[in-house]
Amino acid sequence: MTFNAPALLFVIVGLALIGWLAGRARSALLAARAGVKLHSRPQYHGWYVALWLFAPAALFLALWSSVSPALVTSAVLETPAAQGLPEFGFERGAILSDARSTAAGRQAAVRLPAAAPLVEPYRQAAQRYGAIGIGAMLALALAGGLYGYSRVGPGLRARSRVERIVMAMLLLASLVAILTTFGIVMSLLFESIRFFRLVSPAELLFGTHWNPQSGAPQPGTFGGIPLFWGTVLIGAIIAMIVAIPIGMMTAVYLTQYAAPRVRRWVKPCLEVLAGVPTVVYGYFAALTVAPALREFAAMLGVPNASSESALAAGIVMGVMIIPFISSMADDSINAVPQAMRDGSLALGATPNETIREVLIPAALPGVMGGILLAVSRAIGETMIVVMAAGLSANLTANPFASVTTVTAQIVKLLTGDQEFNSAKTLAAFALGLVLFLVTLLLNIAALRIVKKYREAYE
Amino acid sequence: MTHDELTIANPKMKAEGVDVFYGAKQAINNVSIDVGTDLVTAFIGPSGCGKSTFLRSLNRMNDTLASARVTGKITLEGEDIYAPSMDVVQLRARVGMVFQKPNPFPKSVYDNVAYGPRIHGLAAGKADLDLIVERALVRAGLWDEVKDRLGESGTALSGGQQQRLCIARAIAVNPEVILMDEPCSALDPIATAKIEDLIHELRGKYAIVIVTHNMQQAARVSQRTAFFHLGTLVEYGKTADIFTNPKQDRTKDYITGRYG
Repeated sequence: MTFNAPALLFVIVGLALIGWLAGRARSALLAARAGVKLHSRPQYHGWYVALWLFAPAALFLALWSSVSPALVTSAVLETPAAQGLPEFGFERGAILSDARSTAAGRQAAVRLPAAAPLVEPYRQAAQRYGAIGIGAMLALALAGGLYGYSRVGPGLRARSRVERIVMAMLLLASLVAILTTFGIVMSLLFESIRFFRLVSPAELLFGTHWNPQSGAPQPGTFGGIPLFWGTVLIGAIIAMIVAIPIGMMTAVYLTQYAAPRVRRWVKPCLEVLAGVPTVVYGYFAALTVAPALREFAAMLGVPNASSESALAAGIVMGVMIIPFISSMADDSINAVPQAMRDGSLALGATPNETIREVLIPAALPGVMGGILLAVSRAIGETMIVVMAAGLSANLTANPFASVTTVTAQIVKLLTGDQEFNSAKTLAAFALGLVLFLVTLLLNIAALRIVKKYREAYE
Repeated sequence: MTHDELTIANPKMKAEGVDVFYGAKQAINNVSIDVGTDLVTAFIGPSGCGKSTFLRSLNRMNDTLASARVTGKITLEGEDIYAPSMDVVQLRARVGMVFQKPNPFPKSVYDNVAYGPRIHGLAAGKADLDLIVERALVRAGLWDEVKDRLGESGTALSGGQQQRLCIARAIAVNPEVILMDEPCSALDPIATAKIEDLIHELRGKYAIVIVTHNMQQAARVSQRTAFFHLGTLVEYGKTADIFTNPKQDRTKDYITGRYG
């Protein structure tokens, strides 16, 4: 028997359904008897039995699916047929996976001759462990179901038990997201540590020359400063110069001046702007904005004007960020109590004076939080910079020149044919880690500011 | 309603046949009243009777609500305040307002008081502004408590101090009328007593209109009292007369605690 997790899940769902019906039927029979008052209604007893049947078996199924391939492989390696395998490396892995695929029936015959003797041991081990897994799972399901069924009775608080189990399942669901994040961070961290064995962290963080080559790492070619500078220039400087004033003015107009009818139209339009795929912004930047800017720069007589420029990427990224800033600023301005606005107007201030002198200063902490979140989004943005900013790592303050960013370089390092143990490829993980840490710090700072500010008006 | 008590020698503000609507709902129905120059006028009445709405039409704060509409005639020193030629910004500088909940700006004590003089360009220079701020705080009875902490945030003061700061802020622009919308409803009895003392001090310098839920307070601080009920002005007269010898049954019922 082979271990087929989806099919088995189907089986235990079916068993749970039977358990549900059995539990409900038993308690319904009990309830029908004279003088018996059940604590919970029959369908809770049904759920109680079904969950007892389903949960242990499903947990076992998940566990067994993740450990059984390793068990099968180690069993195969102990057979005499595995003695001839190369000790390490890519070839050994390829032979093993070839044999595994053939044994599982995913391909008709082996592609590597060396894998042929391993197919039969694989098939045997897979069947053995599959049978063990299925047997154990069914036993667990039956045991759980019988236990649940035996407990069905007038005194069973099935309703509150089901409540608790549901809570536990919801907790598990929320853990999935957290554990996934944790796993991603861990993989980033381990690959980065491998990179930092080859290249020192100081070189990545403070070196000024970026030109990674395949093969053994060349000293002095992994300086991240041009990338960091490009990221800051595009995401934190140019994009914010565009987005902050326009976003703020939009928010002020929408909250203070716009008639409700205008607001009803403009706000959804802004939300549409936020929903445009970034790749669309990317080609808008690369095909429309960048050439126009280059001509403009040439007219001004700027040297090194490139068809890929920090300015083009930054401006378009700023446009992308506008809805983000305006909606944060909108919320912050709306959170300023109406009494504050009335107080200023009652002193004879004009609406404009009220906005400048009272509303914006009062909303500023919230707006600052929003800006930090926007910066963190901008520096993690990829498509626009890949398409419009270029890939040459220049350390320049000239916004018309081509620069590159951390995200663009990660794309460059990881696309195409790459061997996964060279410093050049591993550098992508180290860059990803730096980016992750910076955006994490920005987000924490922003959320703290916003939270503190909210408390101030409650 | 008899009109003998209503006649005031030189009214500061005069309302004639004023209606206020919120959308289709009429909140104030045909109210006519004179506000005396050297007097404190109290508006009393049960919740929802329209007294705050009427107060807010005296400095056109109802303009900030898109659905509000005011008809009839309200004059300040004979000028129609709803005339197209009237500058709302100037009107509100002349008719100041203190709100139910203290609403100091999140700025320093000094900047709170200096806010009005600055936007209206009342001070010739820094020294002049200092003087205006000090005089307003002295008038509001707050100077001694805050003179060493003018740089501290206005929101850090106690509730009663915040309300006196708001009064100082209104005084600093030299208004002719001060409207107070239940200025003590968020304060404890001691802070309330201080505000009431302050109202006594300010009488004669400004025409004061105060909306209050508290009939004892109206009796203590005002010389004229107007009783509002269901959007109409039921009775208006000398405070002593209203409280001891009301002419209308509705007034009597309210004052003796029958409803409200």
